[in-house]
Amino acid sequence: MSESSNSAGGAGPSHRSVEIGVALALALLALIGIIGSLKVGIGWGAEGPKAGFFPFYISVIVLISCAVNLVTALREFTGRELFAEWGQLRQVMSVVIPTTIYVFAVPVLGMYVSSGLLIGVFMKWIGRYSWMLVLAISVGVPVLTYVMFERWFLVPLPKGPLEDWLGL
Amino acid sequence: MLGITLGVIIGVLPGLGGANGIAILLPLTFSMSPTSAIIMLSCIYWGALFGGAITSVLFNIPGEPWSVATTFDGYPMAQKGKAGEALTAAFTSSFVGALFAVIMITLLAPLVASFALEFGPPEIFSVYFLAFCSFVGLSKEPPFKTVAAMMIGFALGAVGLDQMTGQLRLTFGFSELLSGFDFLIAVIGLFGIGEILLTMEEGLNFRGNAAKINPKVVWQTWKELPRYWATSLRSCVIGCWMGISPAGATPASFMSYGIAKRVSKRGKFFGKGEIEGVVAPETAAHAAGTSALLPMLSLGVPGSPTAAVLLGGLLIWGLQPGPLLFVEQKDFVWGLIASMYLGNVVGLIIVLTCVPFFAAILRVPFGIIGPIILVMCAIGAYTVHNNTFDVVMMLVFGVAGYVLKKTNYPLAPMVLAIVLGDKAEEAFRQSLLASQGGLGVFFSTKLVSTIMVLGLIALFWPLIQEFFSRLRSSRVAT
Repeated sequence: MSESSNSAGGAGPSHRSVEIGVALALALLALIGIIGSLKVGIGWGAEGPKAGFFPFYISVIVLISCAVNLVTALREFTGRELFAEWGQLRQVMSVVIPTTIYVFAVPVLGMYVSSGLLIGVFMKWIGRYSWMLVLAISVGVPVLTYVMFERWFLVPLPKGPLEDWLGL
Repeated sequence: MLGITLGVIIGVLPGLGGANGIAILLPLTFSMSPTSAIIMLSCIYWGALFGGAITSVLFNIPGEPWSVATTFDGYPMAQKGKAGEALTAAFTSSFVGALFAVIMITLLAPLVASFALEFGPPEIFSVYFLAFCSFVGLSKEPPFKTVAAMMIGFALGAVGLDQMTGQLRLTFGFSELLSGFDFLIAVIGLFGIGEILLTMEEGLNFRGNAAKINPKVVWQTWKELPRYWATSLRSCVIGCWMGISPAGATPASFMSYGIAKRVSKRGKFFGKGEIEGVVAPETAAHAAGTSALLPMLSLGVPGSPTAAVLLGGLLIWGLQPGPLLFVEQKDFVWGLIASMYLGNVVGLIIVLTCVPFFAAILRVPFGIIGPIILVMCAIGAYTVHNNTFDVVMMLVFGVAGYVLKKTNYPLAPMVLAIVLGDKAEEAFRQSLLASQGGLGVFFSTKLVSTIMVLGLIALFWPLIQEFFSRLRSSRVAT
């Protein structure tokens, strides 16, 4: 999907290609649904409709509406409208990438340490705040969360090596 | 009190709306008694409804989708230095709308519930059918996109253990999928993370107007408001109607604004800062937001995503929403309804007194508030099942939500479908079981066929409308 548009004001993926991509992705999900339903049986069993009966027809409906959406996308969009500019997408990715690292860091480092890191990186990298402020907030928020969740509501959150070391 | 303050903060913050705010806080309430938990949650719901108005008037940024229409006249008023009047009008009319809807719930809910007690599986399915069809017919998104989003929701809801046969399905051997996709995770991802990504893309320039609310301004505005009683009443009715049929608060506010613009004598001044243009959408949005709880309580069919999250909460506490709730859990239901009255009054007082404070929160730059919201979402997603895999799923839903929202796929029906999927399927299969597989069971009695026909009308509503307008124009032509 690298069609670029030549209109003024920056380039980016066209709305049309994203629209087509979404329709195809949903259709793929529907196909997975159909295959999964066929596996468990879509017919009529001893206890009535089998487990795959409902999801099968649901997936078929998804597939049909995806086909309609695909045709509409092909007909209505010329490929000139932008989905978003590359600069905007870069902004979006600057949230998505740290968050992706974050969600995989949570099981390893624990909720508190990784949350502090996320807030710190985000503030420094995107907000460009002074170290003092970054440090204050990225330490303060996890500590506040700890007090609120573990002490007040008694909800344990995942912990990592730091909490073990501190003996919490 | 706490609930409302939290709720207003949630409503004010971008990326934290009523639905996912409640979804995040829901796990925290598991240790409370159901009654106090639902009171807390419904207060958050109120708070979020009120909070949305603050951002629309002062910053021209709708905090909630249903306050988009409020920005049309609210922001111009603030620019003219009449922010106080606009906010007072917005809060007061939300109060009126919500009060109207609560009174309606008090009067109607027991009636609807006792009526619904007679329902068998086919009738229950037909009610679901009607709810989902009205989504397709009434939403402003392309109908096939609504269908696709909704059905994906059903498919996601079907993953995991099949409740009727005890069989695993669509898990493809992944043990993480055994219990299926939890709608709370979907809500936090789709609405919370998705919203943050959208905010990032649009760039962040909060240029707000200062708000000064003092008793004098409030009093003067209140003196002026009764003049718009007709607008107000009309908006209440629109809101209630749209709220009960699950169209929701957003279309209700737009519709009410549109009609007020057409009917009002000063209609041509709308969009330039007309107080009536604030009254109409706010009243309707709150009437809709509140009356969405009516079908949830009495039929077990939520009228909005937020109501759906509340419904999920009831299920987790072991309460079965629906007509039986009124028989078996009388205390709970009336406690909730009483808390609606109370929450509404307290909410109005809090927002009127604390506007400057909430506006200050908004001035906290997104570079700080953004990651904190991300962390809150992650904690919320984790605490649903104490499972880190859910946090990963939340991010997946978030990115999906961003793309789907940009491509005009509505998210609300998807969430409702995930919540109601199992129950709709159960009702459908039980009906088929009773009829030995014939679809005729859905047209076997008067009641069920009426509801089904209503559903079909709702489904094809855009086509019917077009047909009639063509008929009319051809008549004019001849």
